Parts: sequence; C-alpha cells; structure tokens
Amino acid sequence: MGAKTTTDGAAGARWLTFEGLVPVAIAALLFAWLWQAIPPISAGEVVRYSWDWVPSLGIALSFLIDGLSLTFGLLITGIGALVFLYASKYLQGHPHLARFMLFLVLFMASMLGLVLADNLLTLFVFWELTTITSYLLIGFDHATSKARRAALQALLLTGTGGLALLAGFILIGTVAGTFELSEIRAQGDVLKDHALYLPILILVLAGAFTKSAQFPFHFWLPNAMAAPTPVSAYLHSATMVKAGIYLLARMHPNLGGTDVWLWTLTIFGAVTAVFASFMALKQTDLKQSLAYTTLMALGTLTLFLAADIGYAITAAMTFLIVHSLYKATLFLVVGIIDHATGTRDVHKLGGLARAMPITAFAAGIAALSMAGFPPFIGFISKEIKYAGALAVQSEPVLVAAAVLLANALMLAVAGIVSFSPFWRRKHLADDLKPHEGTWPMLLGPVILASLGALFGLFPDLLALSLVNPGVAAILGPEVEPAQLKLWAGVNLPLILSLATFALGIGIYVYRQRLRDALRALGERLVNFDRGWDRVLDGLKWLAAWQTDLIQSGVLRRYLFITFLTLFVGIGGTIVARGALSVEIAWPDLLLKHWVVITLIVAGAMLTLTTSSRIAAIAGLGAVGIGVALIFIIFGAPDVAITQLLVETLVVVLFGVAALKLPRLDDSGRKTHRPLDALLAVGVGAIVTLVMLQVTAGPLDRRLTTYFEETSWPEAFGRNIVNVILVDFRALDTFGEIAVVVIAALGAFALLKGRKQDEPR
Amino acid sequence: MNSIILLAGTRLLVALLLVFSIYMLLRGHNTPGGGFIGGLIGATGFVVYAIACGTETARSALRLAPEKIAMAGLGIALFAGVMAVFFGDGFFTGQWLFIGETEDDKGLPLSSVLVFDVGVYLVVLGSILTICFALEESV
Repeated sequence: MGAKTTTDGAAGARWLTFEGLVPVAIAALLFAWLWQAIPPISAGEVVRYSWDWVPSLGIALSFLIDGLSLTFGLLITGIGALVFLYASKYLQGHPHLARFMLFLVLFMASMLGLVLADNLLTLFVFWELTTITSYLLIGFDHATSKARRAALQALLLTGTGGLALLAGFILIGTVAGTFELSEIRAQGDVLKDHALYLPILILVLAGAFTKSAQFPFHFWLPNAMAAPTPVSAYLHSATMVKAGIYLLARMHPNLGGTDVWLWTLTIFGAVTAVFASFMALKQTDLKQSLAYTTLMALGTLTLFLAADIGYAITAAMTFLIVHSLYKATLFLVVGIIDHATGTRDVHKLGGLARAMPITAFAAGIAALSMAGFPPFIGFISKEIKYAGALAVQSEPVLVAAAVLLANALMLAVAGIVSFSPFWRRKHLADDLKPHEGTWPMLLGPVILASLGALFGLFPDLLALSLVNPGVAAILGPEVEPAQLKLWAGVNLPLILSLATFALGIGIYVYRQRLRDALRALGERLVNFDRGWDRVLDGLKWLAAWQTDLIQSGVLRRYLFITFLTLFVGIGGTIVARGALSVEIAWPDLLLKHWVVITLIVAGAMLTLTTSSRIAAIAGLGAVGIGVALIFIIFGAPDVAITQLLVETLVVVLFGVAALKLPRLDDSGRKTHRPLDALLAVGVGAIVTLVMLQVTAGPLDRRLTTYFEETSWPEAFGRNIVNVILVDFRALDTFGEIAVVVIAALGAFALLKGRKQDEPR
Repeated sequence: MNSIILLAGTRLLVALLLVFSIYMLLRGHNTPGGGFIGGLIGATGFVVYAIACGTETARSALRLAPEKIAMAGLGIALFAGVMAVFFGDGFFTGQWLFIGETEDDKGLPLSSVLVFDVGVYLVVLGSILTICFALEESV
C-alpha cells in the first residue's frame, strides 16, 4: 500500500488512541503470560488446559503449552505487540484504523489458538479463523481491485487446503480414536502403520502446503503484499504463513519418519526455497522481494522438517525464530521507507542512511543476520542449517547444495533490501524527501533487530529457553538437540559458510545482469498467477453452463427435473435392492373411506381435464381436503388442521395471483404433456410402491413408544405432535421456521424489487 | 373489492379468528393446536381483512411490518432455546415454572417451550403476511 494516509509530523492528529493502545496492551499481556511459562517448559514440563466443547463428538477446547507452541506463542504475541504499536502510527488518521486493529487482534487470537490447541478440530477452527482474518486484512484496502483479488485468491487457496486438512483430521480421528493431539502423540506409530496413512498424509500436507505457500501454491503470498505493511510483516512473514510449518512440526511425531514424508517434504521444500530465492532476486519492489525471501524461508523450514534427526530439527527451530526476527524487522523497515518516501522501488532509492539513521541501523543489523554474518544469530542458524543439511537421511549433497544456493541468494537479497536503499550513492528524485520515522514505528524494528544480535552473542539464551524444548516437543525428550555455538571450530559447515559469502557477494555485485537474465527466463516459464485466473474462469464457465442446463427459468421444467430426480433416485434404489415385488393385502374399506377416495380421485381428474384455471385449482383443493380427511380419520387432527389452513391460504394466494396470470395455454397439450403425464404416472407408481413396502413390514414403534411414554412426564404435554415440535425436536423446528422466514424475505425481495425496477 | 357482505362479515370474522388463533396457540401443548396452527389462523384473519379493506388498512391494523414480526419471532424462538443454557442445561432444553403448584395440581405452567411456540406463531404469521401483502400490492 503505497498511499500515505496522513502526512507525518502533522501534529494535532493523536495516535495514542484507544484503538491504538488497547491491542498493544492485549498482546503485551499475553506475551507476559506466556513468558512466565518459559522456566517450567524449558525444564521439560507441559501445561495443559481443557474444557468440554462438544463432548459427544470428542471435541474439547483443550490447549497445550510445550516447547513448540510456546515458541510460536511468544513470536505471535511479542511481534504482535510491536507490530500493533507500529500499525497505530502507520495508519494514523486512517478512517478505518479501528477496524484494522480489530482484525489484527482477532488474527492474533486465532493464531494463538491455532498453535496452543491440543484438539485437532479446535486447531482446525482456529486455522480457518486465521484464513478469514487474513482475507479481511489483505482486502483491507478494499477500494482497489488488486487487493480484493489478492484477498480472494488467498482465501480460496488456503480455504481449499483447509478443507483437505479437515478431511485429514477426521481420518486421523477415526484411526486414532481421539482428536486430542497429546493422546495421538502418545500412540506413537499407529497412524504410520495404518492403511489410511497415505490419504491422511496427502490431505494434511495439502493443508500445510497451501497455508505455508509451498511451490506450486506459492503465488498467493506475493500477491498478499497488497495488504498494508504491518500485515505483511506480521501475518505474511512472521506468523500466519508459518501455521503450515507449525502443523508439519506438530504432526512430525505421528506422520513423520517415513520415506514418503522424507522425500515429499524434501522435494517441495527444496524446490520452493531455490525457486523463491531466484524470484526474490528478480524483484525491484522491496516488499515483493521480501515476500519471496519469506517463501524461501518457508521452503527451507519444510526441507528441514523432512528429516527426523536432532541437527535438522534444531536447524528448523532456530531458523524459525531467527527468520521471524529479521524478516519482521525488514518488512517494518520497508514500511518506514515507504511511509517516508512514498516508493519501494530499489532503483529510486539510495543514500537514505543520512536522513534515517535509526532505520538504517535496524535494517543493517537485520540484514547482517539474514545474510548470515557473525556474530549474529543468523550466522549460527546458517551453520546449524549446513550441519543439518549434511546430516539428513535423504540426499545430503543435494540438500546442502539447495541450502547453499538459497543462502547465497538470501545474502544478495539482504544487500538489495537493506544495504542499497541506505548506503548506495544515488541522487534521490527531488520529490522524495526522506525523514526518520517516529518512535512507535522505530521501536519494533530496533528491538527485533537487536534481539538478533543479542542471541548471536549469547546463543544459550535462545537454545535453553525455546529451541531445545521445541526440538524435544517434536522429536521427544531423548533426542539430543544440536548445540548453538558462534564458533564451532573449522568444519564443513564453516567452509560452506565461507562459500556462501563469496557466492552471495558475487551475486550482489552482478545483480543487475542476473535480474535481466531471470526476467527473460521468467517470461518463458509457466505463470501460476495467470493460471489461477484461468482455473477460476473455467469454474465460472462450468457454473454458468450447468445453471443454464438445470435452471431454465421455466417453472414447468424445474418441476420436471425435480420429479425426474425423485423418480430416478427412488426407482433406482428399489431396482438395485430388488424390492420390486410387493404383496397387497386388500383392506376392508368403510363407506367413509370410499367417500374420501372418490373425492380425491374426482378432484385429480377435474384438475387434469379442465381448461379453466379456477376449476383446476378447485380440483386441487378437493384433493387437499380429501387428504385432510384422511388425516382426521387416522387420528392426526393437528396435521389435518394445518392441511386445511394451508389449502385455504393457497386459494387466497392463487386468487390474488390469478388476476395477473395469462390464459391457460393449450399449445403445450401435444408437445410436453405426454412426457409430463408419463413422469407423473411413474412418480405416482413409485410413491405408491414405497408406501406399500413401508406398510407391509412391521412398523418400528420404538420412537412412537418413547414419545408416548415421555411426553407427559418429562415434557408436561399431552399433544405429542406439538411436544415433538416445540420440545423434543425444537432445534429442527427452529431450523424450519428460519427457512420459513428466509423464504418469506426472498419472496418479499422478489416482489418488491420487481416493482421498483419496472418503470411506471 | 367492495362487497358490503364481506365488509360486514369481516369485522366479526377477523376478531374471532384472532382470538381463536391465540386460543389454539395456548391450548396446543395438550390438545390439537400450537404455534404453527395458531399462526396460520391468525394469518388467515389478516388476509381476509386485507381482501376486504385493502392491504394498507390491514398493514396499519397489524402496526408492525410483517417481515419484522417474522424476524422478531425467530429471535424469540432463539431466545427460548438459549435460555436453557443459563440454567445449565443443553441448548433448547425446556425450562418450566409451575405457579401455584400443589400435590395433585400442577398449577399454572410457564415454560420456555411456550416462549418458543410464541416465536413459531409470530414467524408463521409474519412470513405468510409478508408474502400475501407483497403479492397483493404488486398485482
């Protein structure tokens, strides 16, 4: 979002508002609450809270804090607090600031719920809530079609993945017999050994890969940069896109460790990481560039979660934290640059360090961490990554090569994003007047970047509190996590590190030539984003085609299709079950029965033969009254009364409508009537057959008996029909009356809307 | 429609139908009747009134817009269901209060079930009148 909402320094406009401060306070409190859980968790304890939600379905609101969820929780709330503070200034004076902050807080709550949930279905609910809040935040600038498209794309793609995930969770629940994650974890290899393992894995991975934007589902993430920068920093780099990674880590003990898991994650992760690194280099928009580096990080994390050895998982946990710290910083920095100069184009920016020293400082530290220079935590993370890559079971050389390439490109991108805008000698265009951001915007980048330096000098701060407990949560307490050290001696990872520096600096120097080459190449490759549009167009075409086919707008055809479906469905079932034969026991009919039968048959004949509408409706009325009489004879007065009243109202409605209807058209008599008659006879025959079948067998009276016995003692009513309606089955009735209201409103809108459209 | 017979008959009929509809609503729990039937009868009353005197008169006699009545009914029914939650029971569990209860007489029963039935009554009344009035006005 390039448009500045207010000019900076316009004093007067207060930014320390209610909607600005309350979210920060909420996030900070939650952060503090999670903070006090660090000592027990790092000592190996696990905190669990549980409340019943839908006990009959095994759904509980249960939450678990272990090393993994604590790490995520601290990132979510900590970065959240800083981003909220930043956002209240970034969008200061925006007419919808309150809405924006509300969405952000809702997102934070959903994301926190996601990572803390110990019940698969609870996790799924929060998972979908993050999708929805992300949709609202990407589409925050809803006046632009670009933002709307990006929001919808993200919603549809991650929503589809979410559905697959739900299916996978249900399968897991069926296999494991419980939805509680901690119980499933205790079962060990039950899922892996089950015949449904592969479907479960595919479904869960579909959810995780769409959410964490793995290739080929990556394209929604760069588009999501249409959101305001705080959103990009928070959702689309530090937290939400890592939900898929979290899920992979969470399911690792139960689904990981097989060859399918190992190779799928390795391949998807490596392809995503390398592809995204090249794409990042190609971009000239700082934010787009960062978006692709986020993709690279997600790919790398997936790559490391493929393995199940201490080194690889330690690398994943460390990189997860490190990446969130530097990437959120860089996004916030880009936001500050954008805010101050109004552009994010690398070609237009340069020499900003003089005007924005603090921003340049934060950007520099974060970039050094991202590029992997000592003594920053990024260096340690890179060393561990190489150690992990060399130790994986799949193909160490290939994985190490992919990581090396990605890291070198990362170094180059770090230079492009945070060295070039600040230090490059470049005369800025006259209309760009850079100035330093205010402290609420600077606080976040400075704190996050400084943490990167602090953890680099004292890696044990991070290792003991979060990384090791996280590794223990994934691999179990008995697996030794790798040591985080700044100097681990001269070994292969160090040599690879040096190679990375050389390669990365080389790429940075020749970036312009590489960029041109990549652009030329990019035009020949498949464009997923455009492919997505084609898929949507195809879907719309399909919908239009089948709507034309089924919903022609002619009432007679609707009825024909409806009854044809009924005929085929029931008839097919009867034939398939071989239930065609039926014994007819002719009952003794009394005179009153004969009278009713005559009435119904006569009414039906009149309706069919008459050429007058009034006569036809009167005939139908006779049939209706005949049916009501049957209800009375067999002791269902409530139903009979309802039937009679409805008949009356139908006559009134028809009387009103009849004034407008054209004369009965006789031309159809030859064209469609024979077919209609055939279908009518067919449906009649089949319904009769079903009735005979039902009455032939002994009636299951358990429900009837139950209602008869309990209606008075338990529900204090003697009219069983009504007691069922308003008490035993009140929820059904509620659904039905809701439908009645909706139908009435629909008819109302149709009738009133038509009236307004018609010129008078 | 200007028919003196209808106009004269309507006055009596509408009043009777409305009283009868409430009677049917209240007796419904033990004898044939209930919110659905009551609502249908009440709606019939107003429909007859609308035919005799026009929809504008019928609308002003109803005072509230029928679609609002329907939605209010839905709200009341929902409230009756939610009420149970505050007493620690599951959603839509009937809640009963017997006023003046003695050993062999239950006294005057009041219940969330009746509230629910009133909601059904209003939904049916409002929905049918929404459709009928709109239809008559658009013809």
